[in-house]
Amino acid sequence: MSTRLAPTITQDTAFFWEGLKTDQLLIQRCEGCGSLRHPPRPMCPQCKSLSWSAIEATGRGTVISYVIPRHPPMPFFDDGYIVALVELDEGVRLVTNLIDISAEDASMGLRVVVRFERFDNDLVLPLFAPENIR
Amino acid sequence: MSDRTLSRKAAIAGIGQTEFSKDSGRSELQLACEAVLAAITDAGLTPSDVDGLVTFTMDTSEEMEVARNVGMTEVSMFSRVHYGGGAAAGTVLQAAMAVATGVADAVVCYRAFNERSGNRFGNMTGRITTLPPWLSWYAPYGLMTPASWVALHAHRYMERYGVTNADFAPIAIVDRTNAATNPGAWFYERPITFEEHQQSRWIIEPVLRLLDCCQESDGGVAVLVTSTERARDLPNPPAVIAAASQGATFDSEMMTSYYRDDLTGLPEMGVVAKRVWSQSGLTPSDISTAFLYDHFTPFVLMQLEELGFCGRGEAKDWATVERLSLGGELPINTSGGLLGEAYIHGMNGITECVRQIRGTSCNQLANVEHALVTSGTGVPTSGLILSTL
Repeated sequence: MSTRLAPTITQDTAFFWEGLKTDQLLIQRCEGCGSLRHPPRPMCPQCKSLSWSAIEATGRGTVISYVIPRHPPMPFFDDGYIVALVELDEGVRLVTNLIDISAEDASMGLRVVVRFERFDNDLVLPLFAPENIR
Repeated sequence: MSDRTLSRKAAIAGIGQTEFSKDSGRSELQLACEAVLAAITDAGLTPSDVDGLVTFTMDTSEEMEVARNVGMTEVSMFSRVHYGGGAAAGTVLQAAMAVATGVADAVVCYRAFNERSGNRFGNMTGRITTLPPWLSWYAPYGLMTPASWVALHAHRYMERYGVTNADFAPIAIVDRTNAATNPGAWFYERPITFEEHQQSRWIIEPVLRLLDCCQESDGGVAVLVTSTERARDLPNPPAVIAAASQGATFDSEMMTSYYRDDLTGLPEMGVVAKRVWSQSGLTPSDISTAFLYDHFTPFVLMQLEELGFCGRGEAKDWATVERLSLGGELPINTSGGLLGEAYIHGMNGITECVRQIRGTSCNQLANVEHALVTSGTGVPTSGLILSTL
């Protein structure tokens, strides 16, 4: 196992990080109007409802942007790691890493699927791999 | 124009700064005091004439520490502006509102830091033990520097409009050319070529090369704002604040606004643009020179589009070296900008535009009437239009 910087978990975001531990990618869903939102927050900007639940995402999505940070070197990362902005099929976006793909092969519009990767300190992160190699 | 307008009620009457370096050798508080006192002196006033102070939320020098060092006797207004470099013109907005409403008579805005020799924004690892909640969505994935936050946004813009890294070179070339003739610039006498830009190493591939990224600098800058009426009688020609606005929109984050439908613009700057054009009654063709916040070159192109100098997606063809250089249609960053002069969080762009209005820039343009200043992009931001009396 390896290490990543651990997120700070708040009352508003705990369900997301807890869900990852059981291989669930959860999206916050407004109980008032049914709209989905990420990152999690307490109030629905559409209907102002404070009541929400979580749905499990299919884990499939599309790369809508990506970068390869080259400098400065980051602790816990090998050169050539890819940071991507993925739009899930449910419509919400999250920042993640692409895995099982080389930097040269990353592309806009790439179809990806979630992989739950385990790190030290009980941390699970939702990383994404190309859909066609699963 | 309504009586409620801020336009032309206040002016920048004094500017002050330290030298810009990579290692100031003194405290951030000392840099702040030096810059503040220099601005007061430049305005022909004394510290006891100053009754307001505004700085950035990020600044480490407390207003009252500055006041007691400089010897201010009675302060009626102190305020801070949030969101990093987005605060720069916002400090002047706060000062202008205070002056226009009679809350204060003379307000100094300041920003001073040792951003190169002290805490560097691009190197947070080692400094951060607990992530702030917003960064918890990014840092675990190694997205931890301002360059990387900007690049993930800018790559989407590049994809949408067929922009490549080579299209950012004109911004870097113009900045460094201007810095080359500014003795106060870090890159004085060191212009760059297109080839040098293209050969500089990747910082964030395939968006930002080294020469697309601003410097890291130590230094302090301050400006003194008073009423336009009073500024007329002070020693230096006033830079009248024709317009000032902050700007933020739905779903704005601090550099990571990735959740909006359109990642191909800078909507915060769109708000600033709308407000400063309507407040001033001016249009882009009235602008003699602009300081466009240049922490990273792609966002300079996107600003040109948000501000209405060209259409959406047109900046890559519009932003030529010829057009943006001294003597061109829209000379930008005449001091060298944050890439060429120094990175003082955008405050050095305000002082350069004041010099252009006064006629005292080392790269002075002819017939300057209106200068546009923008602040940090990709964050809730701000902007100003400064005009002659």
